[in-house]
Amino acid sequence: MHIMEGYLPWQWCVFWYLVSAPFIIYGIYLLNRQVKEHRETLSLLAVSGAFIFLLSSLKMPSPVVGSCSHPTGTGLSTVLFGPFITCVLSVIVLIFQALFMAHGGITTLGANDFSMGIAGPLLGYVVYRVAKAVKLNIFVNIFLVAFVADLFTYVITAIELAAAFPATHGGFLISFETFFAIYAVTQIPLAIVEGLLIALVFKYIVQSRGDILVKLKVLTPEQATKITEGFK
Amino acid sequence: MIPRFFIKYKLEIIFIVFIVAFAALFLYEQNAQTQAKWEGSDDQGSAAIEATGYTPWIQPLWTPPSSEVESLLFSIQSGLGAFVIGYFFGFYRGKRDSAKPA
Repeated sequence: MHIMEGYLPWQWCVFWYLVSAPFIIYGIYLLNRQVKEHRETLSLLAVSGAFIFLLSSLKMPSPVVGSCSHPTGTGLSTVLFGPFITCVLSVIVLIFQALFMAHGGITTLGANDFSMGIAGPLLGYVVYRVAKAVKLNIFVNIFLVAFVADLFTYVITAIELAAAFPATHGGFLISFETFFAIYAVTQIPLAIVEGLLIALVFKYIVQSRGDILVKLKVLTPEQATKITEGFK
Repeated sequence: MIPRFFIKYKLEIIFIVFIVAFAALFLYEQNAQTQAKWEGSDDQGSAAIEATGYTPWIQPLWTPPSSEVESLLFSIQSGLGAFVIGYFFGFYRGKRDSAKPA
């Protein structure tokens, strides 16, 4: 989903910076408040950020399509801390990759954070709330959140590029098809792996720090006990 | 009755089965699609942009000199992430175990 340095006309760079900025600023505010008021959640915040670090560094082959891509890892922090804090954590990873690996870029940071840190996690969060409201099994819920956040990130990248580079014949839709085929189709198997992994990790978090999940209002105390008992 | 083991490790089993299926499918496809290059979708995206006649207007400040150096930096990124995850899960486990009466 990384748009490389210089691969987006400067007008679009400015545009995506302006779109992303309010989310990042509000995210930094929420992050500060979270750390100050609920210091005990800091370790899970670090683990969530570490998952974005870890998963977004793994370039995996995508069977069927014959190319490689990487997961985003944003599902866990979307569920635990919401989309705004996730957007700040993603910026950190994106800056790291832009500066040290020339993967992504500083001019394209706004566009890349919009796809990976904002649009993906926001839609993932909507899925999370809806699935919670209909009382879907929490592990299935988390799988869906991570899957959607990952896949939708790549759909947004395709939209961003199609908007910046509409085809001379056929315009936006034709070039969207091209970029969609490159980014989103490759991503489907990887998004499934990511969803399964995040759901598995969630089990370990419930088992070790169910109390924090209760504090973060992800689970009720009864649910936490029930899940722990269910895996004995 | 389903043995306890399958209940306790249900999610692990699902994950491992899927990963094995994923790897098997990849190996099969690797042989079937001889023309596939398995290159990064990000690079394909950049190539598709260049195909429209566009040239990047700015270069990265620093680019890794080779793919070896690049994979080193990606490994450092994974290592940092894995270190933090392992550190806190170990910390939680130790805390839980020491809270239990000996």
